[in-house]
Amino acid sequence: MSWRLNLAKLASLFRRPQTMNDLEEEIRTHLQMEEQENLEFGMSPDEARYAALRQFGNVALAQQKSREMWVWNRAETMRQDLGFGLRQLKRSPTFAAVAVLTLALGIGANTAIFQMLDAVRLRSLPVTNPHELTLIHLADMPGKRGSQDTTYPALNNPLWQYIRDHQAAFSQVLAWSPTMLGISEGVHERAVPSLWVSGNFFDVLGVRPALGRLFNSADDEPGCGASGLVVSYGFWQEQLGGDPHAIGRTLTIGRHPVPILGVTRAGFTGPEIGHSFDLAAPICSQPAYWTDGNWLDSSTDWWLTVMGRLKPGGSLAEANASLKSLSPAAFESSLRKDYPTENVRDYLRFQLVADSAPSGVSWLRDKYENPLWMLLGLAGVVLLIACANLANLMLARGSARMQELAVRLSLGATRARLIWQLLWETAPLILFGAATGLVLARVLGKCLIDLLSTQGDSLFVDLHPDWRVLGFTSTLAALTALLFGLVPAFRAVSIAPNEVMKTGWARAGGMQESSRLRRALVIAQVALSLVLITGAVLFARTLGNLLTVDAGFREDSILIAQLDLTRLRLPAPLRITAKREILDQLRTIPGAESAAEARIVPLSGGSIDNRVWAEGEDRQSGFDPNFNWVGEGYFKTLGIPLLAGRDLDEKDTPASPKVAIVNEEFARRFAKGANPVGLRIRREATPHEPEMVFEIVGLVKNSKYLDLRERFRPIVYLSVTQDQNPDPFEQVLIHSTLPVPMLTSTIKREVGERSPDISVDFSVFKTQIQESLLPEKLMAALSGFFGILAGLLTAVGLYGVISFLVARRTHEIGIRMALGAGKAQVLLSVLRETLLLTMVGMGLGLPITFGVARLIAGMLFGVKPEDPASLTMAACALCAVGLAAAYIPALRAAKVDPVVALRYE
Amino acid sequence: MLILRTLRWGAAHGHGIAKSIERMSEDTLKVEHGSLYPALQRLQQEGWINAEWGVSKNNQRAKYYRLTALGRRQLVAEASRWERFVKAVSGVLKPAESEEGQ
Repeated sequence: MSWRLNLAKLASLFRRPQTMNDLEEEIRTHLQMEEQENLEFGMSPDEARYAALRQFGNVALAQQKSREMWVWNRAETMRQDLGFGLRQLKRSPTFAAVAVLTLALGIGANTAIFQMLDAVRLRSLPVTNPHELTLIHLADMPGKRGSQDTTYPALNNPLWQYIRDHQAAFSQVLAWSPTMLGISEGVHERAVPSLWVSGNFFDVLGVRPALGRLFNSADDEPGCGASGLVVSYGFWQEQLGGDPHAIGRTLTIGRHPVPILGVTRAGFTGPEIGHSFDLAAPICSQPAYWTDGNWLDSSTDWWLTVMGRLKPGGSLAEANASLKSLSPAAFESSLRKDYPTENVRDYLRFQLVADSAPSGVSWLRDKYENPLWMLLGLAGVVLLIACANLANLMLARGSARMQELAVRLSLGATRARLIWQLLWETAPLILFGAATGLVLARVLGKCLIDLLSTQGDSLFVDLHPDWRVLGFTSTLAALTALLFGLVPAFRAVSIAPNEVMKTGWARAGGMQESSRLRRALVIAQVALSLVLITGAVLFARTLGNLLTVDAGFREDSILIAQLDLTRLRLPAPLRITAKREILDQLRTIPGAESAAEARIVPLSGGSIDNRVWAEGEDRQSGFDPNFNWVGEGYFKTLGIPLLAGRDLDEKDTPASPKVAIVNEEFARRFAKGANPVGLRIRREATPHEPEMVFEIVGLVKNSKYLDLRERFRPIVYLSVTQDQNPDPFEQVLIHSTLPVPMLTSTIKREVGERSPDISVDFSVFKTQIQESLLPEKLMAALSGFFGILAGLLTAVGLYGVISFLVARRTHEIGIRMALGAGKAQVLLSVLRETLLLTMVGMGLGLPITFGVARLIAGMLFGVKPEDPASLTMAACALCAVGLAAAYIPALRAAKVDPVVALRYE
Repeated sequence: MLILRTLRWGAAHGHGIAKSIERMSEDTLKVEHGSLYPALQRLQQEGWINAEWGVSKNNQRAKYYRLTALGRRQLVAEASRWERFVKAVSGVLKPAESEEGQ
């Protein structure tokens, strides 16, 4: 067939082709001619007409056959079925609304979660050939010392430079590190998310400028100072108003006016998924922007994430082999004097390896990937339950049309044609459902991102629906259609038309079979609901347990103030005095009950551990407790009871003997539970301090350090005032019952009066702790939502089936009542049947529930996966749902009038 | 094929075609006239005939079909194929008949 013919056929879908009208007229003419001829032969007019018709045969068939010549039969019938489906929906708008809403919720929830997964896991970075990108990191890191300054695998600068200059494994390598840079605006400073990048960073990723130029390797030479910045497209649009003359404008970073060199193209949001960047500065500028510390020549600052681009056609294995041979020389030449001597041998033994990293790195992904997959599974189960409901509804509608289908079957319609028709009738539902679901998914997706954003850390996730999301949604919709359309359709056409036409469908056994199927569907719903509701209970209890777990310290009414004294440019000894003066000033604020310095705020994610052993013993006999540097009043501020000895105080100075306070867990490990006060411990050398001896002067109760889920860890508290070389940052915990806004404005004013060069940031301790529970909150909230949804859907399903059963049994109930059964008995018998269905469903759901619970065991806290109490709660909830759903039909059954019911037949 | 042959002598309308096929086959082929129309549609699609509205002897509006150049060629091709087929069939049948006769 020619393309023109196909086109004509396609067009004929939308309008009745001229040919068809012509044909009708032609056939009419034909019949008239024949009739005339017959008349001429002397037939009577009637005879003549009948003879003509007889001669012609089946007029409709001829028309139909000719018509098929011109249109796609399949498409044509499809359009008819679709139209029929639409008309049917118009006739029952409630059914349509319920069905579309159910589908939209099911498909929307699935799509929302999938698009999040797509954005953080499946999608590649928006750069050239992302599949060539690899992440270069240390294979194994015992003996790695120093500070890890990013959440991602990182190398130090000398190592990066060696790799850059000597590697042959990759076509190109790049390095970057996330940071915050402060833009000065008058007296205020605003910190914006930024990147340190190697000179070739944008070039290797294939990122073009939207304006100006991006960095090249000449921009990243040692000693470059604060030479220039590249800004992101988003920053250019939002902060610079898309100024076409932005190139050459300067931004003040710290005290340096820095020119803007270029703007990156739209769509590039950095190498990290979950965060975007505003500014990018070359790595060599680090010492210029940060007055404290030069990381360029340090082998203990692990801050640069190094990525390589595989050679075209090169394999990861080849790259790794090449890195392996490069490693010894790389570590030898990058070793600097600051590396602790006892670990130098470890350093020289390090190995570099590369892993494929087409989608960059993502803290968000690491944290949420598993919960998201889990949630996708749960959402899938919800959709299954919804499908069962819809299948049930379709079955009910199918029953009403049995007579029609039987007539059509006996008139010669093929079963395939009928199944096809019934399937297509569900298409409008699916299409509306999926479309609404997609819209819903966008809204839900935004909510999800808001839910995961924290104070001072807004997430950036690009949720534009790509082909993967659309494909997912359409596949989902198609599967849904098959699930809830195909089963009832097969059921509907498996009838014996003769029987149905002779005796009616119900008598022909259809009713029996249909009610079996409907019961099976409801049982499946109950089984799946049990899984979801139990999951919801387990996650809710996990969250509850974490929220109420005794962390060992006061969480309420604590404000964290982070003061940045960098711009005062004080030498170390003066910093100590300045910090003490500020602290004293904060303590005098009315309403501030106590205040204390702390280098690490518990549960904030920061941690330090070092080896400790008893003085005079072997290093090998020691262990690795966690450390914190705190000031006087820390324990009082956080409400951690001092069990023995004394608190740190002002008499602990750099010159006085070094002291430490330990917690109970430390005492248990170190002194076998005896009072450790007075004992002396030796701590290994750190990048900043040599090996030292500390005298334990106090013992405090246990408290959590890194994570609410942890068992209490051994902790050593050192005095922040004994640090000879304090950094220019001061973190103060303030205990006050004043409203937070009032407290923060007072502190800002006080500190501002002292010096406008000190910047202060605040966070609320309680909020910070709760934010550390975000994955748990996410799981609890969403699994709870799914659980409720599952319960509702199951209730609707049960209601439908019980109503149907009651209607079917009206006759029987009438007889029973005529024979003396009371209303209560009838009511109970209906409820009993419901309970039986629910029980069977729960019985079947139990093994599945245990299986799923074991899968999520790792995400639970303080509750066992097969916790009987949780299971009982879920089961009771389901029974309640079942009984509530059955109550109305049961009442209806009890109101059956025996006279009416018996007359009915 | 029969339709094409009918049209060899000039344009005709549906009824006329039906009649002439009946005549040509000397009433051995009692076709339902209805089946003529799908066939006409098919031939039109193949581009072997085309149609236009005209007025019949009795002043009736009727559609007249005529052979196209393509149709004429097709007719020749089909006719020769048909003749070959007939020859082959009779070739197969004749010996069978003679065998029966023996």
